Amino acid sequence: MIIQTSLLRKDFTVRKKAGRFRRTSTVVSAVDGVSLSVAEGEMLGYIGPNGAGKSTTLKMLTGVLTPSGGTVSVCGLTPVPQRAELARRIGVVFGQRSQLWWDLPLHESFSLLRHIYRVPAADHAARLKYCRSLLDLDSFLDTPVRQLSLGQRMRGELTAALLHGPSVLFLDEPTIGLDVLSKQAVRGFLTQVAAQGDTTVVLTTHDLADIEKLCRRLVVIDHGRVVHDGTLDELHAAYRSKRRVVADLDAPWPGVELPGAAVESVEADGFRVTLTLEGATAGEVVARLAQAVPLRDLSVLEPEIEDVVARLYVSSGAEPR
Amino acid sequence: MRSEHRHRPYVQLLAAQVRSQTQYRLSFALDLGFSTVLTSLDLATLWVLFTVNDSLGGFGGGDVLLMVGIAAVAFPIADLAVGNTEKMQVYVRSGLFDAVLLRPLSSLGQLVVMDFAPRRVGRVVQGTVIYVVALTVSPVQWSLPVALLVVLAPLAGAVFFGAIFVAGATVAFWWIDSGEVANAFTYGGKDAAAYPVTVFGGLFRRIFVYGLGFAFIAYLPALAMLGRSDPLGAPDWLRWCSPLTSLAVATVAGLFWRTGVRHYRSTGS
Repeated sequence: MIIQTSLLRKDFTVRKKAGRFRRTSTVVSAVDGVSLSVAEGEMLGYIGPNGAGKSTTLKMLTGVLTPSGGTVSVCGLTPVPQRAELARRIGVVFGQRSQLWWDLPLHESFSLLRHIYRVPAADHAARLKYCRSLLDLDSFLDTPVRQLSLGQRMRGELTAALLHGPSVLFLDEPTIGLDVLSKQAVRGFLTQVAAQGDTTVVLTTHDLADIEKLCRRLVVIDHGRVVHDGTLDELHAAYRSKRRVVADLDAPWPGVELPGAAVESVEADGFRVTLTLEGATAGEVVARLAQAVPLRDLSVLEPEIEDVVARLYVSSGAEPR
Repeated sequence: MRSEHRHRPYVQLLAAQVRSQTQYRLSFALDLGFSTVLTSLDLATLWVLFTVNDSLGGFGGGDVLLMVGIAAVAFPIADLAVGNTEKMQVYVRSGLFDAVLLRPLSSLGQLVVMDFAPRRVGRVVQGTVIYVVALTVSPVQWSLPVALLVVLAPLAGAVFFGAIFVAGATVAFWWIDSGEVANAFTYGGKDAAAYPVTVFGGLFRRIFVYGLGFAFIAYLPALAMLGRSDPLGAPDWLRWCSPLTSLAVATVAGLFWRTGVRHYRSTGS
């Protein structure tokens, strides 16, 4: 296991004003007992609502934050005393923070990183060449970082994180704020990196399309706890995601019972009905529907990962902590 | 060879920082100009003091100039080397410190080179001129140990001030708006160190000057150079101790920094 945590915890003390001079302090666990193991070469999606503890976990895995409890090991090292040694073996991209030198051209940032990580010139050149062709960097290599577009900067950040050949790549919301094309470029690149099989990738995101396209395994965290760890299909199964039939009608919905399906909503003055399939097949339900009311149009919707995750967030949030 | 290899990344970072700064040429020139004017004002203060009074706390103009000179070299060296740790609150608040911790280098080392301000070199040069003038006009009792002290005292003072800068920056890990408090000790300490201890009142003298050790920066070494004993009764051997006290203070500041990094809370993202 290249990453292993056991009951990892991070507490923050939050002080609040309680009167003119008094202050009360409460301890909040941003991460509350997370146990994870990630195998070498795996690509893990780490998701959760805002404030769930995703970034805090990542910062403990990378040695930025000191855990309040539990154990953590990355590449066989303990991040906090061995931060600098670990930094050579991991690459980190924080979507909202830059690792590059604001006022220097991109290529100067890259050669600085070569010195900082003490990468042999030949390795550096080979990796840079790889990233340049895959990420199309050539047109803006001479531009100061502050003048790059967000999409260009993110491609620069990805390159910067990979130039020292890390065994683990941590990505914190790498597609945040990017347009569709840049998102595709980033995802395509990460797919390539993963396909080589020697880099483990841990990715946090709010864009579930990232997860669908990239990650076989998904860990969902909420209120500092893991609420799901498994594949996307397992997530659908666990939360009994259902397919839906949406029908446009030629007459208002008569309100009949359909065995094997439940009415989810009736819209457009009764001329559109959405049914969720509960046991029956789509064909059976459509046949029964056609007997009850004249149909104009039909579509069958696959369960959406957004819906499943939204339900997951709501249900775990309702639990007493 | 080995140590050269170890320091290479920092040298590269430093060069990059200088290149970044020269991107804004006008601002660089203005900064350099202003810092020259400010240092000249400091000297003007001293001149005004002596036109009113011809002795300060029992010391003549040349004696005081010697103390001012040591502080005038020590402080700008510290300011040049670690003065930008003042920006620590900004780094903590903006999350830039995260990026520092993600690199395979010492966090303090990176901080030193990260916002290195070459314009501060000007003040080191000015301070050195003042110091050399002071050494020629004041009645220094030259001998081998004194000559050694003449070289070591400003450096030890720089280490002392540097430690104060670092300790002040460390407070930002717990308390983000700590800047002004840190300034009281750095810039305040610079002023306290440049005058004879005898001019300060009892409580301030005991806590700030002796308790926190600011007397070791310029006052006590200057006494040794002048061959005078402390009129307030400090033992004579104490006058030679500033390199040792500086090392002790620097060690404490280093440990404090390490503790601070462990308590770094980062900011949400």
